[in-house]
Amino acid sequence: METNMDILDEVVSRDYQYGFVSDIEQEITPKGLNEDVVRLISGKKNEPEWMLEWRLKAYRHWLTMREPKWPNVHYPQIDFNDISYYASPKVKTDAPLSLDEIDPELRKTFDKLGISLIEQQRLSGIAVDAVFDSVSVATTFKAKLAEKGIIFCSMSEAVREHPELIKKYIGSVVPVGDNFYSALNSAVFSDGSFCYIPKGVRCPMELSTYFRINAKDTGQFERTLIVADEGSYVSYLEGCTAPMRDENQLHAAVVEIVAHKNAEVKYSTVQNWYPGDKNGKGGIYNFVTKRGICLEDNSKISWTQVETGSAITWKYPSVILKGDNSIGEFYSVAVTNNYQQADTGTKMMHIGKNTKSRIVSKGISAGKSHNSYRGLVKINKTASNARNFSQCDSLLIGDKCGAHTFPYLEVSNCNSTVEHEATTSKIGEDILFYCNQRGIPTEEAIALIVNGYCKEVMNQLPMEFAVEAQRLLAVSLEGSVG
Amino acid sequence: MLSINNLQASVEGKEILKGINLTVNPGEVHAIMGPNGSGKSTLASVLAGRADYEITGGEVLFEDKDLLEMSPEERSHEGVFLAFQYPVEIPGVSTANFLKTALNEVRKHRGEEQLDAMDFLKLMKEKAKLMDIELSFLQRSLNEGFSGGEKKRNEIFQMAMLNPKLSILDETDSGLDIDALKIVSNGVNSLRSENNATILITHYQRLLDYIIPDFVHVLYKGKIVKSGGKELALELEARGYDWVKDEVGE
Repeated sequence: METNMDILDEVVSRDYQYGFVSDIEQEITPKGLNEDVVRLISGKKNEPEWMLEWRLKAYRHWLTMREPKWPNVHYPQIDFNDISYYASPKVKTDAPLSLDEIDPELRKTFDKLGISLIEQQRLSGIAVDAVFDSVSVATTFKAKLAEKGIIFCSMSEAVREHPELIKKYIGSVVPVGDNFYSALNSAVFSDGSFCYIPKGVRCPMELSTYFRINAKDTGQFERTLIVADEGSYVSYLEGCTAPMRDENQLHAAVVEIVAHKNAEVKYSTVQNWYPGDKNGKGGIYNFVTKRGICLEDNSKISWTQVETGSAITWKYPSVILKGDNSIGEFYSVAVTNNYQQADTGTKMMHIGKNTKSRIVSKGISAGKSHNSYRGLVKINKTASNARNFSQCDSLLIGDKCGAHTFPYLEVSNCNSTVEHEATTSKIGEDILFYCNQRGIPTEEAIALIVNGYCKEVMNQLPMEFAVEAQRLLAVSLEGSVG
Repeated sequence: MLSINNLQASVEGKEILKGINLTVNPGEVHAIMGPNGSGKSTLASVLAGRADYEITGGEVLFEDKDLLEMSPEERSHEGVFLAFQYPVEIPGVSTANFLKTALNEVRKHRGEEQLDAMDFLKLMKEKAKLMDIELSFLQRSLNEGFSGGEKKRNEIFQMAMLNPKLSILDETDSGLDIDALKIVSNGVNSLRSENNATILITHYQRLLDYIIPDFVHVLYKGKIVKSGGKELALELEARGYDWVKDEVGE
């Protein structure tokens, strides 16, 4: 008789839906990294001298650094000279394109991904910045946002048009030399989104960036910077996909968020990079540095992530709670299946008084994958009455996967409260048989259990995203036991 | 309703059931008793379709259909219910949500519309009252942190919600105090009808004071060695299983 595990096995083989390659004429720089490549990228972007200097400084610093070896992930040594650092769709002019001028093939690519770049066709009020390999190809609703004084554009454009803001904030949260990958990103970052919400403005729509890797043997190094001025609010979404390729591709992004007094930023990610095939071949190395700073009093930064893709994920969206009474939140669902590996979590650095942080992490491991939660809660001497609550749950599906938890707590004063709760549960034969006996087939049973398990995190996602995320979760786990 | 003919089953090469014969008609309650390791729970698991067991011989007909050919969920859809000896805990899924999914799967199988939220709530309230269960209890994760008695009560509550044709209660009485035993028994009794049947698997006669069986069978070393009316249970209680062992010549 066919067992539940067999059924699960069968469904694992479901294909990655976004694995197609777009046939677009592209300009790709030769493989390898040196100062000339950095200059070339900067030149392509028509960047001012100061930006090039900043990049070169980062590059020189990067040369002195070594890859981190502490994450609980295993992969062959990356040859950084075997990667091409810049790829862009060919365009006739240098000027930023208007929406109707976009290459129809490119537009088709995004349509296929469910991202419409045509403003009239967009049902929900979400403004999108679409990044294809190394360049931003379109930003929608710019004019409407500009009416409120909101700046939402590609990073390249921001460097040229808003140098004073970029100079002030870039690298202010994630310094150039913060870590190996952030240094690399600082040297070669190609594009990404910039967003500035002025004083007292509540952004009337969700802002989002959609990242697509298309070219072969390239890395994607985007950089996102969000600045919320006093009393403002913005909700920001990020999505990503890549073609199915046999070789691994590197994605090393940096996201920085600055929240001024009474400002609030909500950042949501649905990460669906190509995870590799079911034998662990190919897939994206997702080595990302995301950090926000609650710079002034009563500010709030909230990270929500649903991580289902990538061969290897290494990311710790963090919050520096500098302002008094500021709040940091981290809600995460990380799913690994087949041979995927994830080492993800957060850092909450309490500096201001009465600062609060909340961590809810739900790891789901299936197949032969490994899923680690790594988190640091650091409460400085200055952070009197700080509070943290952490909940780290692991769910194992089948008996060949692994879940690991590495929580670090550093408390330097005696009037703070830190709570940590952790559970590990398993969807095994017993639970599946119980569900089957009540008439619920195995696949539905897994969906029911996983959705119940992730509810707390999913509830944090904006509506449109939550639906996509839930569907993604189901697809990622279909046939998840081996 | 149920016809078990010469059923043989083994687990990991070890033969547990060695030729079971049993016929259950609508409206009947059968008690299956026997010492530890006689194969009682194996019989329950095999009827529900647990994959760990290998059927090595015999057949089981449920309403003239081959039960052993069906997947566990098909058996459930056809009206077979197992109250587990050790109910599992499912974190994050409330009893209410779990049952709504289960009930709708059965309805899907029958080609019926999904139950709407209001009707479901009404049904749930009615059955919760029967089992003396608070509604707030049903919003908690299924069996998570429940006491042994609460888990067993929840099993019978689920049975009431799903309204099966054949219910198999696997040691539902174990771990229950006298009050819980009464509630569970009342629940089972009130669900008895001319159209459904129950198989009670138990060690002790105590349960049969509350749920009066029509037939009592003694399972010993994988075979039904003695059958009788409810008085057989009393005799077993008085004389112990050694008496049966003596009778079968050991």
